[in-house]
Amino acid sequence: MAGSNNLKITPPRWLLAELTYKCPLQCPYCSNPLDYSKHNSEISTKDWKRVLSQARKMGAVQLGFSGGEPLTRQDLPELVQHARQLGYYSNLITSGYGLTEDKIIQLKEAGLDHIQVSIQASSQELNDHLAGTESYQTKKEVAHLVKKHDYPMVLCVVIHRENIHQMPEILAMAEELGADYLELANTQYYGWAHKNRDLLMPTKEQFEKAEAIAQAFKEKVADKMKIYYVIPDFYEDRPKACMNGWGTTFLTIAPDGVALPCHSARELPGLDCPNVTDYSVEEIWNDSKAFNFFRGTEWMKEPCRSCDEKEKDFGGCRCQAYILTGDMNNTDPVCSKSPDRHVIQEALDSARKSALSKDEQPLIFRNSKNSKKYS
Amino acid sequence: MTLDPNQPISFSPLHRLQWEEAQQKDVILYPEGMVELNQSSAEILKLCDGQRKPEQIVTELEQKFSQTGLTNDIQHFLEVALQNGWIQQP
Repeated sequence: MAGSNNLKITPPRWLLAELTYKCPLQCPYCSNPLDYSKHNSEISTKDWKRVLSQARKMGAVQLGFSGGEPLTRQDLPELVQHARQLGYYSNLITSGYGLTEDKIIQLKEAGLDHIQVSIQASSQELNDHLAGTESYQTKKEVAHLVKKHDYPMVLCVVIHRENIHQMPEILAMAEELGADYLELANTQYYGWAHKNRDLLMPTKEQFEKAEAIAQAFKEKVADKMKIYYVIPDFYEDRPKACMNGWGTTFLTIAPDGVALPCHSARELPGLDCPNVTDYSVEEIWNDSKAFNFFRGTEWMKEPCRSCDEKEKDFGGCRCQAYILTGDMNNTDPVCSKSPDRHVIQEALDSARKSALSKDEQPLIFRNSKNSKKYS
Repeated sequence: MTLDPNQPISFSPLHRLQWEEAQQKDVILYPEGMVELNQSSAEILKLCDGQRKPEQIVTELEQKFSQTGLTNDIQHFLEVALQNGWIQQP
């Protein structure tokens, strides 16, 4: 095993409960695994309640109900109520699709703290195209209802080449909807986004222009709206401090009960990620092979091993190292010290070529048919 | 945004102040985030109940901890809390 035995293991603080892979939307940058259709079992309400209780006891306090679309689970209000009784701060991460006013009230009464609504673009045409479902008007109505019922609202917009030109309109939309927080999440290239990378990756010029507009807006609205700007790391020369370090803070539970150190870790080979129906959260967090695999710095290869920044970015993202270099132990190739940095430049060049090409391939949408095809 | 000495302070309805047993600390919780508080910051925020004005908060804490001269420290923290949206005034 790669992990060291002499580490002080910190307790989880963040629990991401991916309740289901079912989703009425088909976003081509979805972070769910390509082969999600293979993992179609879902753990029971009783299992979820036990997981929530066990993780809370260890110290988890932020809880995300996510998916897929978590609203497709009929037991969501019951799980929210259980979470509130345990003292979690509960975040519902939703497409807004299927969220009625009655449901918003019911979830509030159950103790839900916050609703994050995603919108794909600032225009109906593009939103509905990207979502693969007519959903723009519903989403805007939901955003109004979330504020009407006194939830803090985070509006999340995933940014990529298809919508990056709408940055000014996206910002205006967030202001009009009264968002308390705006998450401008530049696409991270895992799962479906990796598959569609040539079509989604903005050019450097597009990215820099959009970032400048967002920065100016951030200062203008500082009194009423906070902006989380998730950077596109392909244009950086140091990797992100992924997950705040492996097995230090974040615990994801997939719909079928598999416990993951990050929501993409399912793609990594040989981790033997444990299932909550077989082990307690405490056993999984402290003792499992998967959660110890990249803890600390002992597992690192060069150039990370002797790097004075290794405690700062933990070698970057393991999934990105695996997807782009074929070895999950490698330095994240985003790092300019990585001997594999050229794969990033090749990806950028390939995307640019696609952007300039007259016969671009169509986007591959996230749905069961395509998932089966790529399993 | 600056602190108005004549207005009562309330804790933000968009945040939650909570004791965390596992961390033995008070924390502020908000969408997808958490701030860990030291004891004095937590004591100040617990008095932001929509009734007390800044001066009353200072007086009460000086009495509670048998200290004087806390005005500047408390004032400074309240400004920070206001900037962060943890507290608000009408």
